[in-house]
This record gives sequence, structure tokens and C-alpha cells, in this order.
Amino acid sequence: MVSQKITIKNEQGLHMRPAGVFAKAVAPFQSDVKIKVGDKTVNGKSIMNIIGACIKYGTEIEIICEGADEEAALKEAISQIESGMGE
Amino acid sequence: MMTGIGASKGFGIGKIVMIQDVDLVIHDTPVSDPEAELTRFSQAVDTFVHRTEKMAAEIRTNVGEKEAEILEGHIIMLQDPAMSDGVADGIKEGLTAERAFSNVCDMFISVFSMAEDELTKQRATDVEDIRSRMLKILLHVEEVDIRNVPPHTILVAKDLTPSMTVGISKENVVGILTEVGGYTSHSAILARALGIPAVLSLADITTKAKDGMEAVCDGESGTVILSPTDTEKKDYEEKRLAYLEQMKALKEFFGKPTLTADNTSVELVCNIGKPGDATAVLEASGEGVGLFRTEFLFMDRDTLPTEEEQFQSYKEVAEKLSGKPVIIRTLDVGGDKEIPYLHLPKEDNPFLGYRAIRVCLDQKDMYRIQLRALLRASAYGKIRIMIPMITCIEELRGAKDLLEELKEELRSQSISFDENISVGVMIETPAAVMIADLLAKEADFFSIGTNDLTQYIMAVDRGNAHVANLYSHYNPAVLRAIKHVIACGKKEGIMVGMCGEAAADSRLIPLLLSYGLQEFSVSATSVLATRATISKWDKASADALAKEVAALLTKEEVESCLKKNVR
Repeated sequence: MVSQKITIKNEQGLHMRPAGVFAKAVAPFQSDVKIKVGDKTVNGKSIMNIIGACIKYGTEIEIICEGADEEAALKEAISQIESGMGE
Repeated sequence: MMTGIGASKGFGIGKIVMIQDVDLVIHDTPVSDPEAELTRFSQAVDTFVHRTEKMAAEIRTNVGEKEAEILEGHIIMLQDPAMSDGVADGIKEGLTAERAFSNVCDMFISVFSMAEDELTKQRATDVEDIRSRMLKILLHVEEVDIRNVPPHTILVAKDLTPSMTVGISKENVVGILTEVGGYTSHSAILARALGIPAVLSLADITTKAKDGMEAVCDGESGTVILSPTDTEKKDYEEKRLAYLEQMKALKEFFGKPTLTADNTSVELVCNIGKPGDATAVLEASGEGVGLFRTEFLFMDRDTLPTEEEQFQSYKEVAEKLSGKPVIIRTLDVGGDKEIPYLHLPKEDNPFLGYRAIRVCLDQKDMYRIQLRALLRASAYGKIRIMIPMITCIEELRGAKDLLEELKEELRSQSISFDENISVGVMIETPAAVMIADLLAKEADFFSIGTNDLTQYIMAVDRGNAHVANLYSHYNPAVLRAIKHVIACGKKEGIMVGMCGEAAADSRLIPLLLSYGLQEFSVSATSVLATRATISKWDKASADALAKEVAALLTKEEVESCLKKNVR
């Protein structure tokens, strides 16, 4: 298992569009991709779960990947959050 | 007469067509073959995807990209693993596809509607829409089609779901009335994109309105009259025509330079609160940013934003405005703006207390981070720094000294920034007005913040109903302060602008022009109207009006004189 903490830069938080971009980007990986925000942990491959977690601008989240390609999955997930998912 | 939320401007006069959604009844028959039920569900998903793609394509051409994306979002949501896993689990437990899907939707609707943030709450409407359309496919019920409503239709519905909006066109629909929804709901966004007047959140409109009933609506004030009298209809028709005329006239000012009637050029810029607002500035043909409030960066979080985060936000605005001026105001905390993690003490008089520059010069480590981020961002556009709540020279010097230190630091680290970055003063205290001549010698520009200035000059809390009538920028005391500040700035040859609501007041604009105001900073939605007003005044007539006003003694006299002369 690998994990990394990162802060959300999208002004309006992870609403529908960025959540969709994120979920789509990590979907191809075999590993489980989870987002930990506060004491909640949600499935990072599910746009519905991400929206439901209400992740706001400036919030620190932890991305946790576990599986055969966990390093690559984490790298992709972090680069998505860093780039603001195209916003 | 009924009143709801005015969500899309304009006047509509027409006959009501009720959009009634059928009740979808799920029959919980025992499922003998879960595999077949799963197949039935996945076929329904295929149908949904196919239909939705078609609708999205239609909306993309008829309405716009953003609206099409909303519908495409429905496909993504429906195909989400959390959705499909939930449905599969339900079906395996013996539920019908309809019930299993409906249960999963219920779960997400309750999660989304409990959210605090408005955007997430709205997703509940999307799930509701997806559910209703999927159930119609599974139950073989026809979808509502608004395509064939007659011209001059006023649509009435409980809520307009994104999928219903496909058939709406400006040719036949002249108004939209719904029982739920707010300014940012789908129906509102769509109505504005199409330019159709809309009033939302009208209690009981679906029971009060009937098919074929006449109605008029005002999408700005949120007024709706069912079965209007002939006089009311005539009245609305006049308003409608006047509104259309006005819209047409304003359009002519789009993208034009801001000039007075005798061709003196002034700057017309915008007030913004978030980096994203920069887009609205450009879309409104604003000529820059006259006030970027930075509080947003500090709000709704638990720790101070880092230098990098601030830098990115400032840089984003500077780049979006590509060389147009961007005045960024440093943190204005205190007063009525609270940032919990700064642990500022509770005060009896917060507006007279520990606020803005007073906090920043006291907590220099925090201020350094913001100023350094601003300096770094200045390499990417025309950034100007504005200091709020200045009451004495020492405060301006304090901020400038800090900036010089940071410039030295950046030079030694070979980080680029604008060596000639302007530093200005926000004039919003009586003290700053009284020493405007002195401040003008050390500041690069002034921007008059009339909202707070009016409050402080009149010594009135605008939230207090007993004294709120004193709060008006038509008071001679306020006008004299404005005139004095502009004169002091002009004498030293620095730019004087205004970033309060007064800058967009069509009655006050001739006075401001006469006093010599060079920059008007208004909300993006006021740009065209302000440009139009400025174009109607020349120096001689503005001066004549200013002379007349200078002889008046009361707020009422000033207001009625300006009202009489409005152009």
C-alpha cells in the first residue's frame, strides 16, 4: 500500500466535473484507489462517492492505493489533483 | 400576485402549459431469474446512454456546451461503479431492477441533499432526473416532450429537470415558472443561457396554475400574476418592449472603449472575489480588475493558504487578464469577515477594531507570505497592490517597507517580479480622507471604497434598521469626501478610482466624472450599463450638475436632483 497527502486546488472543490475527470483517470488501474478526507474514506474510482464526500477547496486529502500497480496509480492520482483536473 | 425567486431577467406574457410528470409505480413482483433482471437493467442503461447522447448533441447546438455537459454527466453518474454495484447487489438479493435502482438513487439523493455546499445539493436533482428517466425506460413510459408547445407558452412545472429542457426554445417558450429551484439550479442556468424569463421557488404554482390560463411574469423581481387583467397585461407588454429595447441598446457598448460624450477616456474595470470570476470580467468586456478581494483564499479552510497557493491564484487572474490591470487588495480580515483559525478576539466594535492592515502589520509573518506571493505573481501580468483600511501614513509605509524587504529577498534568490509594481491605498476611512493630500505623495493610486467609507463617514451601522436611513452616498458629507480625495489625487498626478457600489450608480456617475474620477470598478453585470451612462455625459453638463448639487443641503435634495437628471 502506498499513500500521499495533498491539498485540493480547485476553487469550487471536487464537484461533478473534476470528480469525473479524476475517477476516469484512475479507473484503468488494477489497484484500489481510495480518497481519505477527515475520517471518511471513499472509492476514488466512483464519481458518486467523490461528490458525496463534499471535498472543498483547500482541504487536505490522502490518496491511498493498493494493488499490483499501486505506485503508478498514486502517481497519476497525485498529478491529477495537482493539475486541478483541467480547471 | 405571487413572488418567487427571479432567476432569469425579462418579461414574459403568455398562456400556461403545465408539465406534468406521470407517477411512476414500481411493482415489487418476486424475481425468479436475477441474471435476466440484470440483463434487463443493462439494456435499459444502453437505451439511456443512447438517448442522452442524442439529447446532449441537440443541446450542444441549440443552447451551449455547459448545458450539454450536464446531461453527459448523467451518463457518467449512471455508469459509476457505485451505482452499478449497488444495483447488482439489490438484484441478487431478489429485488426488481426498478426497485434496486430506485433504492440506490434514494441513497445518493439523501447523501447529496444533506451536503452543506450548494453544488453538491444540486446533484440530488440530477440523480432524481436519472432515476425518473431510467424508470420510464424500464417501465416503458413515454418521456415528456416540450418540443411541440405552441408559441407564447409559459411553462409551469414542479421542477424542470435537465432532460426536460431539451425541447425548450425561445421561439415558443416565453417564460418558465417552477415550484422549486434557486438562482443556480439547472432551470435557472438554462433559462439565462436561452434568455427566457424565469421565476423559481413559487409556492403551490403547480396547483394554482391551470393549462391554458394566462399569466405574466417578471424574471428580475420574481413577480408572477395568474389571469392578469387587461391593464396588467398592457403594463407588462410595455415593460417587455422597454426591456428588449434596453438590452439591444446595451449590446452596442460591448467591447467598446469607455468614453464620455466629449471623448474623454476613463477606465471601466470590475470587482471580483475569486480567480474564476476573471472569466466573467472578460465576457462582460471589462477593462481589467479594480478590486480583487483576497479573503476567499483564506475562508472555508482550517489553515492559512501557503505562498504557493496564493501565488497560483494571483497568477491565474493576472494571466487571464493578459496585461490588463489587476488591483489586488491584501487581506481584509476583521470587521464582519471572520476567519476562525486566525483566532482573532471577539470585539465590541469589530469595525473599529483589529481589522485589515492593522492585523497584517501586527502579524507580519502572515502578511509576508501574501506580499511575496503577490510580488511573484506580478511577473505574469499587470498586478497592483492595494492596502485596505489605511488611517495614517505609518501604515502605508509599514506595508511598503515590508514589500521592499521582500523585493530584496526575491532579487537575491533570482526570482522575477515587477520592479515597478504600484502600491495604492483603499480610501475607506474618514482619517484617510483627511490626509488624502499626504497619502497621495506616497501612494501610487487611490481607490475609494464607498461602502465602508459611507458607513464610517456617517458613523452608521448599515445593518441597524434604526439608523440605516442615514446610510446613503448621497449625503453631502460623503460627496464632499469623495470630491476631496479625487482632488488630492489629481494634484499629485496619481490615478483615483472607485470600487464601491456607488461607481455603478447611474445617478452619481456625472458627479464622479465632474470630480475627475479616472477609474470605475463595478460588478461584471454592471459594465455595459455603466459604459452607456458614462457615454451620455460631457464635461460641461456634468460640471453644471455638480455645481447644482454642491448648493444642496440635504441627502433628499441631492437624491431627487440627481434622480431628475439621470440619463
